[in-house]
Amino acid sequence: MNKEETKKPTPESSDALLRELVDHFREKREILRQQWVQLMMGKGLLAGLTQEEIETESITIYDTCIVCLETGEYEGAQAYATRMAERGVLRGMTTEQIIGGLLTLRDVYGRSLFERYQHDMERLSAALDIYEPVANKILSVVALAFVEEREKVVRQQQEAIRELSTPVLQFRDKLLILPIIGLIDSLRARQLTEQLLRAIRANRARVVVMDITGVPSVDSKVANHLVQTVDASRLMGATVVVTGVSPEIAQTLVTLGVDLSKMNTVGDLQGGIEVADQLLGYKVSRTEPPATGLITSKEKVP
Amino acid sequence: MLVPILKQGDYLIASVQSELSDEDLLKLRDELVKRVGELRSRGVIIDVTALYVMDSFATRTLRAIAHMIRLRGAETIIVGIQPEVAFTMVQLGLKLEGVMTALDLEEGLAYLQTLHTSKRR
Amino acid sequence: MADEVRVSINSEYDIVTARLKGRDLAAKLGFSSTELVVIATAISEIARNIVQYAKHGEISMSIIQQGSRSGIIITARDKGPGIPNINLAMQDGYSTGGGLGLGLPGAKRLMDEFEVTSKVGSGTTVTMKKWLR
Repeated sequence: MNKEETKKPTPESSDALLRELVDHFREKREILRQQWVQLMMGKGLLAGLTQEEIETESITIYDTCIVCLETGEYEGAQAYATRMAERGVLRGMTTEQIIGGLLTLRDVYGRSLFERYQHDMERLSAALDIYEPVANKILSVVALAFVEEREKVVRQQQEAIRELSTPVLQFRDKLLILPIIGLIDSLRARQLTEQLLRAIRANRARVVVMDITGVPSVDSKVANHLVQTVDASRLMGATVVVTGVSPEIAQTLVTLGVDLSKMNTVGDLQGGIEVADQLLGYKVSRTEPPATGLITSKEKVP
Repeated sequence: MLVPILKQGDYLIASVQSELSDEDLLKLRDELVKRVGELRSRGVIIDVTALYVMDSFATRTLRAIAHMIRLRGAETIIVGIQPEVAFTMVQLGLKLEGVMTALDLEEGLAYLQTLHTSKRR
Repeated sequence: MADEVRVSINSEYDIVTARLKGRDLAAKLGFSSTELVVIATAISEIARNIVQYAKHGEISMSIIQQGSRSGIIITARDKGPGIPNINLAMQDGYSTGGGLGLGLPGAKRLMDEFEVTSKVGSGTTVTMKKWLR
């Protein structure tokens, strides 16, 4: 570094060199782009893309990178990367493909600079000083766009799973069933409570059977949320019967000292529904005695 | 804003029409506790459908009303607590312990009726 | 701050005004119906705190922006007797005013951020925030 400092190009000459680099890449565009595509194919980075897509995308990326170098502005690259990420993530393109592709382009550009300036080390070093930060910046812009897109998709999926995982089912008149499956965190517990309370109003429910057979574990926070769900339902006039408390969860709740005195718990879902029916004043009974015996005896008669 | 109190058979129905100040709530308390004896009512329904805030003061007053009315020999049912309000109350730590609740006026009346028929038997 | 709403608190009637205005402001920002009730209830609690202990004070509410998120900030100020022991006042069930003792700790549970500063003899300031999800 120190050696170069004295010979550091003045702003004017660095501007001139930048121009030279831009012109160089534009001039060699077809050769370098073909080289790049060939290299990517060799590495298997273009799997799943059509010939047409490879052509148009590689041209756009190549030109966008040169614009970044020329102007020092990355908005174009950012917008393009976001668009590409949106399509890429949806089509199942891997991060390896994207980053691998850009690293390859970086090498292609770099090697062409070596070729051009190999007899003038000083000029090569100055050219790399200009080129490298731009290449790095482009890589980081694109990588970020992809990470953000991934995160967005993950968030959307989490949201969708949350909605799906807590259906509130009307089982009978005035009886709702709320099967909870999977881990509960504070956010999900809150959404679940809001959803249940609205369903109580909409279905005019008097009893709710909350089945937690599918919940692997709870911590004190979640346990308190479940108690709150029970309390809030009661404020709206509905009794909650909790079923499916596993040995692990039972142990946790007792160890945590969660106040269960007012919780109505029954072993399993079937038992819970029986209790709910009692609370609602329903009597469930078979209307006919088991039919099989009758039929066989009848068949035997003739 | 005064809360109208209607007599329907053996029951008194107080339906809150809009947001209540602390003083309105205390007036409602005094009025209900007085009338439940005068009219020899057996049950009181307080309909809070129109309330969107049930803070600690409102909850405390409603609970006091229910307990006072029980001492006067009648039952109280709070009806119409909205989902959003119920959610907020439990977060705040308010549960209305020892007070009966029902979804709405209709459910509240049905509740009182079953309560009294089962008692009579 | 263009959207600042101020309500001076002098009697229990102003509690209702404060929570109504708070709810309207929060509704403008797009909070869910549950969150509107949560915010209005928290305002009710801190406004009642003023009426009960300081008699007079003011509640100001405005929309805030922090990075990419936005929310509502509510400040309650009074020049009342102040709180000698804030930790004690923030405990559930502690009350010197004959209440349930859920006012301040309850409001804290309802909001995302909550801060009390107080000086005995010169007053109390409660600042609370709720962020839009």
